[in-house]
Amino acid sequence: MALKLEQILKEASFARPVEPQIRWEDAARRVAQLECHSSALAELCGLLFSHCHLSFGGLIVEERAGFELRYVFYGDNDTPWIYVLARVGSAEQRVPSVSRFVHGADWHEREAEDLFGLIFEGHPRLGNFVLHDDVWPEGVAPMRKSFPACALDTHREKSRGWKPRRIVEADGAFVMPVGPFFSVATEPVHFVLETVGEDVIRAQPRLFYTYRGLEKIAEGRRAQDVVLLAERISATSAFAHSLAFCQAVEQIWKVEVPPRARALRVFFAELERLRHHVAAIEGICESTSFAVAAAQAAILQEDLLRICGSLSGHRYLFGLNAIGGLTLNPDDRMLRRAAAQVRQVAERLALLERMLNTSSSFLDRLEEVGVVRTQDAIDFGMVGPVGRASAVSRDLRKVQPYCGYDELDFETPYEPEGDGYARLRVFFKESFQSAQLIGAVAETVPKGSSRTDQAVVSPGAALGWVEAPAGAALHWIRLSEGGTVERYRIITPSFANWHAFRLAAENFAFQDFPIILATFALSVHENDR
Amino acid sequence: MSQWVIQGLRTGIKTTAYPREQESAAGVSPGRPIATELPEQDAESLSARCPTGALKNSREHLSVDFRRCIHCFRCARENSVSVRWEPGYEWAFMAGNNARGSGCLPRTFERSVHILVVDAGDCGACLNEVKQLNNPYYNFHRLGFFFTPSPRHADVLLVVGALAEQMRKPLQMAYDAMPAPKRVVAVGSCALTGGIFGPSFACAGAVSKLLPVDVEVPGNPPPPLAILHGLLLLTGRKASSFLDHDPAEQARFKLSKAS
Repeated sequence: MALKLEQILKEASFARPVEPQIRWEDAARRVAQLECHSSALAELCGLLFSHCHLSFGGLIVEERAGFELRYVFYGDNDTPWIYVLARVGSAEQRVPSVSRFVHGADWHEREAEDLFGLIFEGHPRLGNFVLHDDVWPEGVAPMRKSFPACALDTHREKSRGWKPRRIVEADGAFVMPVGPFFSVATEPVHFVLETVGEDVIRAQPRLFYTYRGLEKIAEGRRAQDVVLLAERISATSAFAHSLAFCQAVEQIWKVEVPPRARALRVFFAELERLRHHVAAIEGICESTSFAVAAAQAAILQEDLLRICGSLSGHRYLFGLNAIGGLTLNPDDRMLRRAAAQVRQVAERLALLERMLNTSSSFLDRLEEVGVVRTQDAIDFGMVGPVGRASAVSRDLRKVQPYCGYDELDFETPYEPEGDGYARLRVFFKESFQSAQLIGAVAETVPKGSSRTDQAVVSPGAALGWVEAPAGAALHWIRLSEGGTVERYRIITPSFANWHAFRLAAENFAFQDFPIILATFALSVHENDR
Repeated sequence: MSQWVIQGLRTGIKTTAYPREQESAAGVSPGRPIATELPEQDAESLSARCPTGALKNSREHLSVDFRRCIHCFRCARENSVSVRWEPGYEWAFMAGNNARGSGCLPRTFERSVHILVVDAGDCGACLNEVKQLNNPYYNFHRLGFFFTPSPRHADVLLVVGALAEQMRKPLQMAYDAMPAPKRVVAVGSCALTGGIFGPSFACAGAVSKLLPVDVEVPGNPPPPLAILHGLLLLTGRKASSFLDHDPAEQARFKLSKAS
C-alpha cells in the first residue's frame, strides 16, 4: 500500500490528545474509516490533505442518532477511500470548520449549515447559500428527518430580502449584476460582478435557483425508482450519475454485474463524455462569437445525440442504467456500427481542432485568459477536465477503477498552463480518447446478458463513484431493510468547479467573462441538484 | 479564414425538411407510448411499473397520459408484454384549461416571433433540446423564430422545468415584463406535471400553477422537432396534437378546432 496510514497517524502530533481510530470497512482494505472526536476533525483533515496530498471528495452528513459527518478523501493508485468520521450529538453542538485547512470543504460546510442547520465554528461565511434568504425564512432545515419532503408553500410568508454583499471599496466601484437569465437559453445563475471600470475584480456566483431538493425527495423511495432521479441530476451527465448510483446499490446488495454490462457501461459512459465535451467546445466557439465554428461543432453534437438516440432509444441515455446492469442489450453489430459513426464524428472533430488551431483571432481570446494556477486548483479541489487543464490530473477511472477501466489502455491527458486554451485542448484530447475507448470496447465486448436479477436486498450504506464528464462524482447511499433510500448524498464535479470559478474570472476584463465561463463548461443543474 | 468557407460549403445543407415534410432520420425522437389494448391483468401489471402514474388500466385497454410520461421505458422493456410505442414527434397541443383562452398568436407574428427561454428547474435536457433549435439541423430562424435574452423583446415565454421555488419570482418578473400580446409555452413533462421531481417542498410541480400556459409540449425531454411543432402550433401553422384515446382530451381537441 502506497499510503502508510497507521504510520502517518502515529507520527503526527495532534494539539489535543485524541487518537483517531482506523477501521477497515472491507477485507480488501479499499475503504478506511477514521473516527475521531469533532475537536480533532480539522487537524486530521488538514493532515490528510496537505501532508498526504489526498484529494478532498466531499462532506456527507447523515442524521442518525445525532449527526454523522463524513469527510471523504481519495488519493492516487492503491490509496483506499478514507472517510474521516465525527459524530455530533445535536445540531446545537458546534463543529469546528475544516475549511481553514481544506478550502474545498468551504461550500460543503455552507451547504450542510443551510440544509441541516449545523453550525461550523470558525467558518467565515454561513447562510444564504442553497436556500436563498429572499425565498426561505430563517431556521428551515429541509434535510432534517423531521422536515416533510411534501410540505408545500410552508415558507413563503416570512422570507427576508436579499442584497448582494459587496467587498470592493474604492472610488467609482460598482456592482454589475448578471442573471439569472442572460444570453440565450442559459441555465439560471446570478453573478455579482464587482468592478471599478474595466476589469472584474470580484466575481461571486449566486447559484441554486434550480434547487430541486433531489437528496430529500429521494428519501423513502425505492432504490429502483431513485435511479430515475439520479439520471435527472444533470442531463449532460445522466449516464454517469445513474452509474454511480447503481454501483453504490450494487455494492450494498452484492450484485455481480455481468461482464457484458460492465463493458457496455464503459461504452455509453464514454459516448456521453464525448457528447459533453463536444457541447463544451461548441460553447467555447459560441462565446467568442465564432458562429461558423460553433455551427460545425453543433452539427457534431446533434450527430452524437442521434447516435445515442438510435442506439439506446433516448438521446440523453435516460432509462438505460438499472441496478444489476442495463435495460437494453444492443447486439455487437449495432455497437460496431455506432462505433464507426463515432469514429467519423471524431475525424470531423479533429478537422475542427486543426482549423481552430490556425484561427488566430479565436486563439487570442483564449490564450492567457482565465488562468488558474496549479496550487489554486489543488486548494479549491478542482476536478475533471477543467482541473486537468491546470495539471490536476487525478482521474477516478485510473485511481479507483470501476467497470474494468483498469483493463483498458488510456492515459489521462493534462495541460500545465491553466488558461482557457489549455482547457479547450483538454476537451479535445479527452474527446478523441473517448472515441478511441468506444472503438476498443465495441471490438472486445464480451458475449452474454446485460443484466442480472440476482441481488441480496439488505440494509447498508456505500459510496458509488464515477469520473463523470465534468469530473469526480460521488454518490453516498444508505438503504433500509426494505430497499428504500434513507439517505442519498450527491457530490457533483460542477459543485467543486463552480467554487473555483471565481479564481479564473477575477482580474480579467469584462469582455473575457463569458469566454472564461464557457471554457469551464459548468453545469448549473449538476451543482444545484 | 477561407478554410472555414470551404469547409462550410463541403458540409452541405443539413437542415431538416420539417415542417414541409416529415423528418425520418434515426435518433431524432425517443417516440412515445400510446394506448394499448391489453388483457386486464397485463394492463394492471404494466401500469404498476409506471413511476409517474402515466399509465392507467381502464378496463378494455391501457390508457396513457403522455403529459406524465418521463420516458423511462419501463412499460416497453424487460416485460413479457409491452405497451405500443409510436415513433414521431408532433406532440404539442393547446392547453385547454387556460381560462384566458388566448390560443394562437395573431397573424402578424407569423414570420417574426421572439422567444425568451426560462429554465425553471429542469435537469438540463429540455434546455439543451431547446438550444438545438438554433443548430444547423433545425435552424428555426428560417421559420421566423428567434431567441431573445430580454423579456422586453419577447412575444413568447418558453418555460422548461418543474417550477423550483427559487425560480418563482424571477419567472413571474420575466412574464410581467413582457409586452402584450404574449404567450406561454410549457416544454417537458416536468413543466406540465412536475414529472419525477414534483410537487415537493422545492418544486411546485407545474408551470400552470403560476402562469397561464397556452401551448404544452410533453416529453422528457421533448426532442427539438416536438418543440418546433409547439411553436408552429402557436403561430397557427400546424394542427394541435391530442392525447390518444382520452375522451376528455379528444373533446377538448375538437372544441379548439371548432373555435
